[in-house]
Amino acid sequence: MSKPLISVESLRMGHGDTVLLDGVSFEVTRGDIFIILGGSGCGKSTLLRHLIGLEVPMAGKIRVAGLAPRLEGKAPRYGVMFQSGALFSSMSVGENVAFALQEWTHLPLDAVQAIVRAKLALVGLEGAEDKLPAELSGGMRKRAAIARAMAFEPSLIFLDEPSAGLDPVSAVELDELILALNRNLGLTVVMVTHELESIFKVGKSCVMLDRQTRSIIARGEPQRLRHDTDDPRVRGFFNRETRGS
Amino acid sequence: MTDAEALERASARFDERLSLVMGMLQRFSWRRVEGDAYAVRIELGGSIAIDDAAALWKRISELAAEDLEGVRTVTLDMTDVDRIDGACMALLGQLRSDLQARHITCEFAGGSGEAQRIVDLYGGRKKARHRRARRKPLSAVEQVGSATLSVLAEVRQILDFIGQLAASTVAVIKHPKSLNLRDVTLTMERAGADAAPIVLLINFLIGFVMAYQSSAQLKQFGANVYVADLVGVSITRELGPLMTAIIICGRSGAAFTAELGTMKVSEEVDALRTLGFMPLPFLVIPRMVGLILVAPVLVLLADAIGILGGLLVAALTLEITPTTFLIQLQSAIKASDVISGVLKGMAFCGTIALIACQQGLATSGGAEGVGKRTTSAVVSILFALIVLDAVFTVALGAFGL
Repeated sequence: MSKPLISVESLRMGHGDTVLLDGVSFEVTRGDIFIILGGSGCGKSTLLRHLIGLEVPMAGKIRVAGLAPRLEGKAPRYGVMFQSGALFSSMSVGENVAFALQEWTHLPLDAVQAIVRAKLALVGLEGAEDKLPAELSGGMRKRAAIARAMAFEPSLIFLDEPSAGLDPVSAVELDELILALNRNLGLTVVMVTHELESIFKVGKSCVMLDRQTRSIIARGEPQRLRHDTDDPRVRGFFNRETRGS
Repeated sequence: MTDAEALERASARFDERLSLVMGMLQRFSWRRVEGDAYAVRIELGGSIAIDDAAALWKRISELAAEDLEGVRTVTLDMTDVDRIDGACMALLGQLRSDLQARHITCEFAGGSGEAQRIVDLYGGRKKARHRRARRKPLSAVEQVGSATLSVLAEVRQILDFIGQLAASTVAVIKHPKSLNLRDVTLTMERAGADAAPIVLLINFLIGFVMAYQSSAQLKQFGANVYVADLVGVSITRELGPLMTAIIICGRSGAAFTAELGTMKVSEEVDALRTLGFMPLPFLVIPRMVGLILVAPVLVLLADAIGILGGLLVAALTLEITPTTFLIQLQSAIKASDVISGVLKGMAFCGTIALIACQQGLATSGGAEGVGKRTTSAVVSILFALIVLDAVFTVALGAFGL
């Protein structure tokens, strides 16, 4: 079996004195679409921030392609799309996508622009390079953020709630884009979401976090978990049931 | 309808509205049926909507204020209620909670159609929820303690920031190409060129007012010509750099904090880090360098225009010719006065950029957080400027400058 792309061992994380997750271990294999699930406040986004390297764990070990996730001062090893897109508002969409390329490569401007056009076409935003982020709709902003994350040809991309706040059509389109990138480019995707449709449509494997036990309460294929689980918390999540029902 | 009739109708509508708001007009029925000594039955009837909430609350308060000694159940009979809205149902729910807290069972009975649906929606929960314990207000000692701890935490954050900034500055000096020149020039344009008109205007007025205020005193001693000394020295050594710094604090300091704060809360700073850029060299150092570079230009402009303001007053009210003024000025101010003012201005601008950017990057909590940090940045900068000014004055005095 090939080495996992991401490995997390006995992770403890939280904010200040509050521990959100303790003793969490899991692995993400290459080519996977790995989903981090759980109710509100269980630490999904915080876990993602730890995997990206934006936060430092209280204890435990995280390895991404064999290295600890460190960000600053080096060309990006993986792409990240934030929940709001987080496009630089003072730059056009094209400049956003070109930003890292210009810094970390010595490509001439024409070549950078050609790559930017191709990346924007990949996410269905042909001709939007001169628009400002404020002129785009929510779905377009997220697509542009994916294009920016993809600019440096990463083999791994992190997505924080890609379909949150999108209309159903845009959400489906975004799911299809994620699937296409995974199938055609072999891109490994790690995403946080609680949109059930997205989870079943794109998710190949998942972990479900729980706030009370501060640990992983289920792991595996989302479709299988939906039917096979005996845990009422997991069943409730996948079948939209409240505890009482 | 005549105007008089229309006025009368409007007045009647106003009276009715006022009575409803005051709870004096009751359009629904509230009938108390005494059963045995242990049970109270209230029969409600009619349509009870938000307009009737005041009257309903009055009846509820009357009932809740009663002794109700020995009463075990209160039944609210909704059979004759045609319609009740959520707000009024919430008031009845509150009555039930209050009664349950006094160990009196309160039940809703009857109600059909719409009224029953509202009862189910709002009245379904039988158990009174425990009220969250009200937070105890902090005593004066606790408030002082908590404020001291938060100030210490803030000082620690600033010291951390200065440490990181020093390390980043060393890195930028080693690799000058890594400096974000685009932001340096942008800062110089926005904080320098764009600020020039207001810096000129304010400093002109400062020189003008200072000369004008002192002219009456100087006249008494026939020391008119010393207005040049007074204006020249105070503008170049003190007021030129200080007023310029205060203007830059208001214009650019606030803008830096708001801009970086907004970038922080909208995850743009995190996005920057994921693309391999370090926020300090990329965002903070260019702003600092830009401000420090424009400081000498702005301070010299401020000096020149402030002195011009003084010269104008001298010529108009003290009958001193511009030539005499300038000759006197030449003997009054030394190069060290101007240089120390420029150095002060550069130190002030460095401090403004440092505090503004630190506050911006420490922002959390959305739009409100940005507002709070911007206010706090401006206040901290103004305080730091005055302290720094005092330190400069004492230090330069010690060196005989």
